[in-house]
Amino acid sequence: MYNTLTMTVNGSEVTLPVDDRESLADTLRNRLGLTSVKKGCEVGECGACTVLVDGEAIDSCIYLSVWAQGRRVMTVEGLKSPTGELSPIQQAFIDEAATQCGFCTPGIIMSAVEIVGTGKRYSREELRRLISGHLCRCTGYESILNALERIVEETYRFTDRQP
Amino acid sequence: MYDIEKYYQATGVEDAIRALCEDERAMVISGGSDVLIQCREGRLAGCSLVSIHGIEELMGIEETGDGEIIIRAATVFSHIANSPVIQRTMPMLAYAVDQVGGPQIRNIGTIGGNVCNGVTSADSASSLWALNATLELRGPQGTRTVPIRDFYTGAGKTVRKQNEILVAIHIEKKDYDGFGGCYLKYGKREAMEIATLGCAAMTRLTPDKTALQELRLAYGVAAPTPMRCWNTEAAVQGARIDAELIERIATGALSEVKPRTSWRASREFRLQLVSELCRRAVRQAIINAGGMADV
Amino acid sequence: MGVRDSITRVDAYDKVTGAAKYTADLLPAGALIAKVVRSTIANGRVKSFSLDQALAVKGVVRIFTCFDVPDIEFATPGHPYVLDKTKGDVYDRKLLNERVRVYGDDIAVVVATDNVAASRAARLVQVEYEEYPPLLSVEAALSSDATPLHPNLRDTNQLAHSGYRVGEGTYEEAKTSEPGLIEVSGNYSTQSVQHCHLEPPQSYAYMEGNRIVVVTSTQIPHIVRRVVGQALGIPWAQVRIIKPYIGGGFGNKQDVLYEPLNAFLTQQLGGKLVWLELSREETMACTRVRHAIHAKASALARPDGTLVARKIELYSDQGGYASHGHSICANTVTMFKQLYHDQRVTEGDAYTVYTNHATAGAMRGYGIPQSDFFTESLMEDLARRLGADALELRLKNCMPAGYVDPNTGIHAYSNAIRECVAKGRELFHWDEKRARYAAETGDVRRGVGMALFDYKTGVYPISLEVSNCRMFMNEDGSVNLQMGATEIGQGADTVFTQMAAEATGVTEANVHIVSTQDTDVAPFDLGAYASRQTYVSGQAVKRAGEILKQKVLDYAAFKLKKPAEEMDVRADCVVRRAGGEKLLTLAELALEAQYSRERAERLFAEASVDCHENTIATGCTFAEVEVDIPLGKVKILNLLNVHDSGILINPKLAEGQVQGGMSMGIGYALYEELLYDEKGRPLNDNLLDYKLPTALDQPDLQAAFVEVCDPSGPYGNKALGEPPAISPAPAIRNAILQATGVAFNTLPMSPQKLVEGFVQAGLIKEVHPNV
Repeated sequence: MYNTLTMTVNGSEVTLPVDDRESLADTLRNRLGLTSVKKGCEVGECGACTVLVDGEAIDSCIYLSVWAQGRRVMTVEGLKSPTGELSPIQQAFIDEAATQCGFCTPGIIMSAVEIVGTGKRYSREELRRLISGHLCRCTGYESILNALERIVEETYRFTDRQP
Repeated sequence: MYDIEKYYQATGVEDAIRALCEDERAMVISGGSDVLIQCREGRLAGCSLVSIHGIEELMGIEETGDGEIIIRAATVFSHIANSPVIQRTMPMLAYAVDQVGGPQIRNIGTIGGNVCNGVTSADSASSLWALNATLELRGPQGTRTVPIRDFYTGAGKTVRKQNEILVAIHIEKKDYDGFGGCYLKYGKREAMEIATLGCAAMTRLTPDKTALQELRLAYGVAAPTPMRCWNTEAAVQGARIDAELIERIATGALSEVKPRTSWRASREFRLQLVSELCRRAVRQAIINAGGMADV
Repeated sequence: MGVRDSITRVDAYDKVTGAAKYTADLLPAGALIAKVVRSTIANGRVKSFSLDQALAVKGVVRIFTCFDVPDIEFATPGHPYVLDKTKGDVYDRKLLNERVRVYGDDIAVVVATDNVAASRAARLVQVEYEEYPPLLSVEAALSSDATPLHPNLRDTNQLAHSGYRVGEGTYEEAKTSEPGLIEVSGNYSTQSVQHCHLEPPQSYAYMEGNRIVVVTSTQIPHIVRRVVGQALGIPWAQVRIIKPYIGGGFGNKQDVLYEPLNAFLTQQLGGKLVWLELSREETMACTRVRHAIHAKASALARPDGTLVARKIELYSDQGGYASHGHSICANTVTMFKQLYHDQRVTEGDAYTVYTNHATAGAMRGYGIPQSDFFTESLMEDLARRLGADALELRLKNCMPAGYVDPNTGIHAYSNAIRECVAKGRELFHWDEKRARYAAETGDVRRGVGMALFDYKTGVYPISLEVSNCRMFMNEDGSVNLQMGATEIGQGADTVFTQMAAEATGVTEANVHIVSTQDTDVAPFDLGAYASRQTYVSGQAVKRAGEILKQKVLDYAAFKLKKPAEEMDVRADCVVRRAGGEKLLTLAELALEAQYSRERAERLFAEASVDCHENTIATGCTFAEVEVDIPLGKVKILNLLNVHDSGILINPKLAEGQVQGGMSMGIGYALYEELLYDEKGRPLNDNLLDYKLPTALDQPDLQAAFVEVCDPSGPYGNKALGEPPAISPAPAIRNAILQATGVAFNTLPMSPQKLVEGFVQAGLIKEVHPNV
């Protein structure tokens, strides 16, 4: 059955028809062209489809689109500035060579947005736990953790917290 | 697209009950992490769903005046794990729900779903058993409360009727106050895992901390449903804390569990885990209750 | 600039912004959806279908069965075509199979307008089978009453056998050849694992005129084109394959999986667009897996640690179809003789056997992870038996400098295996830790272990090695670079860009590599496998770059009236060779060359390489573990790989490749295995029950290199992509052995196996419930 869904996606309000059987992953990819949302398993095991809903990272493949009614959704496409500058998180991933085949990358970047958004400082072990819902077969997580450590530290310093 | 035949978003608990009564095929969907996966596998293809997702009256954690903790059933795991109330009153449960799946799953999966799917491996279940939780169910006939020990009837089966909603989980002060608890989850990997075995131990010690006033020992995946080792608990009440006590408890646990061999793990391996996790969980629970570290 | 520089990946920007398009991202609207119908038996034949219920599902367009496909057997592996019909791949399957040989075999396909209709219809297809007992082990498949799975090709289920004897006499004779020899023997075995690339295989197909276009997630676009042509019985040039960004492959996509079926569907449906994707479960159970191999190996040595003789007998579980077939096990048995030198004789026998398990194919390391587990477990067991130091024993006997494989003629043009061991020994504090952990006690124990390996680069002389490259200069002096070689995540596009920069003098920022391969346009290349591209395809880049540079200099000579030999191209300029004075920018030269009325010349270059070389890469892994004995849990405290892969074109990317390979090695050692029930049905064909390590299951991964120039590589480089996955598993096994004294000879060394081993060794008291 079709519903009219209104949600905010990457800062812009959108209203569109969705089938109530659709996952948010399908809606974002197929109706809004946000193909950064990847489908790796469709059972919430690999994290490639991770997006933020009201600031919290969820697997969009097992999230029904109709649940996004009135909520704020964010994908990687929403991270660049209006003038096209990369977010510091994306830049950290580039600088640390944290992407190889790139399929897991958008999902992990979205989890990174949530992690960095807490403003807290995390140890490398804690960061491992925070990305434990993402599978990567290319990097062994090493360069990804390097990127996360860098961005967490930069953000921490930037927000001028006491060490 | 999911193979869902009918989907209805309930506007409140009463509305959900009404919708379930109207369609005897209808199932409840809460966070979706169980139901949608089963749907995709084909097991629930063509299902009829009544969604309680996002219903305000089913979310949140409350501490009443007399210290009763009420966890509304559609509260997600991450909110429970991060709740200051839960961390203060029953840190073992905060830790246990923080073991479910991974961060994204914990942002969407609900404790109600974890309990209502009736599986023995649910990370919250053994802790809730140790906490003597009671479950508040509401149906067309009104509200009833069921102690968790009476809730499960078999593997994947509970007493909840098709048209009942689990509304909240209640834990009384006497069941958490003064206890030290420890939940240990054993899995083949450290995240995105369903427990091979889960062990939740709670201890309350005598004021001088040398003896055991009360032990609660619960397991997940040691039987078709979560369980408590009632006989062992009764047998060690009042016992002096020493290395021999730990061994007695482990031996007692072994006599009460009923693990089976499956392709995931053999019975012998599970028994080894029952015994070793018991030692470690009980030891830690004693330490958390202020007891001796070197038993 | 150029090689040896850790420049940023050329595709990093697009990957972090979501701009990089993978196959599913390119699918136009309005596609029909294809869903494969799979057998629910592992061994037998399809007798008939009943399609009424399935056809009645709203949205179903057509259903094709194994009785509707061309009667053409084809082969799926990503190998070069072999002209000699008596050699080469085994042609043993059709588009859809009537003779069922794997649980989940492709027996029919539903085409519908949406995925729900396709899934429902697929479930409603009714099949009548003639069922035979499933052959679920090599032993069962070789027993005298086993049904031959491919009787038109082989009388038994033995697909192939090969062997060698290097040296003099036989192993048996060696036993009594001198007094005081010590022998160790062992049975070792490895399990079936799956690649688990994050992007499942998927493709879409449509027609343009009478030509079929398939857009697909593959490592081998040109080979896919050939096999689609063969499978459909049409000229290969009628097929066009387009390969965009792909989300990993690791060898699974070095097989032609479902492109032929996808092509058949569009052909049968009048050219309509058809989308065919595999679910994760289908990917795990019904594509390819790594060969499970078991080995019986023995070693004879003098008390001083000199190896006198070794032998190995291997049985490799091929699964239902040949795919890469015996090539893997032949590789496995070959490495055994290369890594160590036996004074008298080395014997090897390798058997590849059809069974009803999932078809085994290429997976990172191509038989060498298995070989290394056998070879290095045997060496460790020998060291223990002799009371010898594990490192010294290996150094004493391992591949000497200047080694030439007597059977293939492959030279180790460079060999820094000893330097790798020395470097690792120091970085890892090996001696100190080995001594510290010599006598661990208690429930939690630590240990260190290590393993060496060697690996060839590309497939010469066993198979053809060719590559082609095309470059042309734009009016602004930048260069477009076209390769048939593929970026599969390993960084190929970046290193080709660097090599092109090195060869032409154009800076990387001005080299535009076309990442997508379109077989109508891209130069011919065999694709990404065997760690070949940087070595073979790199040669084509270098050559094309040199040709282009020469053309630039020739035009500059014409324009500036100076001899070409006195000039060079550096950093986007034509310069005086001596002194470097800038004479002309490439932009100025290229614009004029393109539009000059006097002499108009498009500056481009093509190069073709027919590589008749190979060389050997080496390395080692050092592992430190902590074993929780009562729980059977292994925590890896430290893991270090040291690689001898020649000169590193991009050190930062090389490090990433090593870390990824180590991660696969950890999964192989401790976590991953595909399990089947007694009917041959996979039990854990999903990412929950198949245990890929998460970030919490791995330690920090350290990579180090010894850079010795290999003269046969275009820039001194040799194999790097696969080697990192080879030696972690035996190193971890040997570390557990030091820690606990218990040798685990089957992979994975999972918790239950560990507990069982510890009970047997008396380290755990067996628990008995007093019921």
